[in-house]
Amino acid sequence: MELVSPGIGLIFWMLLSFSILLVILKKFAWKPVLNMLAKREEKITKALSEADEVRSQMNQLKADNERLLAQAKEERDAILNEARKVSQKMYDEAKVKAQEEGNRIIAAAKDEIEVEKQKAITDLKNKIAELSLEIAENVVKAELSNKDKHAQYVKSRVEEMKLN
Amino acid sequence: MSLINCKRKDCIFARIIAFAIFCFILLPKAGADPVNESDNAPAETDIAAVAEGETHEEEGFNAGTTIIEHVVDAYEWHIMTIKDKHISIYLPVIIVDKNGLTVFSSKHFHHGHEAYNGYKISHEEGLKKGKIVRADADDTSFFLDLSITKNVLALFISVILILWMFLSAANGYKKRGEGAPKGIARVLEPLILFVRDDIARPSLGDRTDKYLPYLLTVFFFIFINNLIGLVPIFPGGANLTGNIAITLVLAVFTFVITNINGTKEYWVDIVNTPGVPWWLKIPLPLMPIVEIMGLITKPVVLMIRLFANISAGHIIALGFISLIFIFGEMNVALGYGVSVVSVVFYVFMGALELLVAFIQAFVFTLLSAIYFSMSTESHEETHAVEKK
Repeated sequence: MELVSPGIGLIFWMLLSFSILLVILKKFAWKPVLNMLAKREEKITKALSEADEVRSQMNQLKADNERLLAQAKEERDAILNEARKVSQKMYDEAKVKAQEEGNRIIAAAKDEIEVEKQKAITDLKNKIAELSLEIAENVVKAELSNKDKHAQYVKSRVEEMKLN
Repeated sequence: MSLINCKRKDCIFARIIAFAIFCFILLPKAGADPVNESDNAPAETDIAAVAEGETHEEEGFNAGTTIIEHVVDAYEWHIMTIKDKHISIYLPVIIVDKNGLTVFSSKHFHHGHEAYNGYKISHEEGLKKGKIVRADADDTSFFLDLSITKNVLALFISVILILWMFLSAANGYKKRGEGAPKGIARVLEPLILFVRDDIARPSLGDRTDKYLPYLLTVFFFIFINNLIGLVPIFPGGANLTGNIAITLVLAVFTFVITNINGTKEYWVDIVNTPGVPWWLKIPLPLMPIVEIMGLITKPVVLMIRLFANISAGHIIALGFISLIFIFGEMNVALGYGVSVVSVVFYVFMGALELLVAFIQAFVFTLLSAIYFSMSTESHEETHAVEKK
């Protein structure tokens, strides 16, 4: 029976000691310890979320860089293409222009030649006519005596005369 | 977070294993300790026999008496007996009666067989056995026995130990701020986190902070005293958490905190349970009777569970040691032979008791948390849980 009969003295001292223990621990141990644990957990959570944030920022930055690089490359290619096109165009234009100029010069020269030729022909024809008239005058003068013989002669000479 | 959890659990196991090894080293000494008491035990039995007027146990070793003597409270702290010399710490006896306060050393009782100052230690079977009673049986006037007994001294020692542990840990936290714990805090932090995250939080939710100081105090008080109780030599050895007065006070604390914070709904549920048909209320209010029985049963069960578990562990361990002396009385060589087996069993029991020390602290704290949670739960929450 003595095992299950609580002693009054022990109950009294236990009530007193346990109350004191509870009050002191609550105020001077649990409060700072639990506060510090909560603070540390907060810190860890914060650090983790910050790390996540920084990581996502890094990824963002990397993506940005890559995008910028790609953009720059694209731009460079575009500029190069443009330049190539412009130079090609300039080259083509120059070529066409030169061709045209050449053609124009050739055409002008041809025209001039033609003009000169016509002029020369005209001159020649005039000369021939003059000469013919002179010959004819001489022939007429000489041959007026011998009409037939002279007529024959004029005729043969005119026929002999090939123009050009 | 899982990594942190994992580490915490490892930590607890590491501590438990470390303590187990510590105890394995100590416990065989416990086997050796009662060897010194072998001369003492028959002497004490002799005293009891004389007091009770019995003669048939005069010289024999009485395992039952010895075990109970080791498990219950005492007015002196008997450390050991060499030859016929008792080495004991005589603790002060404090009595409050109609004459006022009387304080004297328990030495004057001469190990319980002399009366002093009108008081003696009772040897009669019954509730008063082993406690101080009036020497004059006819004097029935009231007196209060507030003696510093073995268990009271053990209580003071453990309170000082707990205060030292946690105040130094708290100091360390203050000094280091949010950094990693060092020193004693490294041992205590996993346990504090265990109580907070695995006992209090799951049952109390957002009301954890209010009850956490009490739950932590109760957990560490029980756990540390269970462990101290396993150490067989002086500062340990008192069966504190296996004493019904201690568990009674702990259960009363839980009971008072539960009911002081009880919500209106909690009391309505007890006095006038909703949904009960009228014919269960009118001739005999059955439900309130059942509810009030339940109210009282909870702390009583808490009290008995802790007391019985820890006392049982001590009794079994002492039983193994007693075997040595029972066989030793038949034949000395047989006693030595049995001692090997007994020590092995004692070590096994010690390891088991380490587990029990933790489990009982855990169970008491967990049930307290659940009772607090039940008394403060609002109906909305209950319904919300039911809907889920």
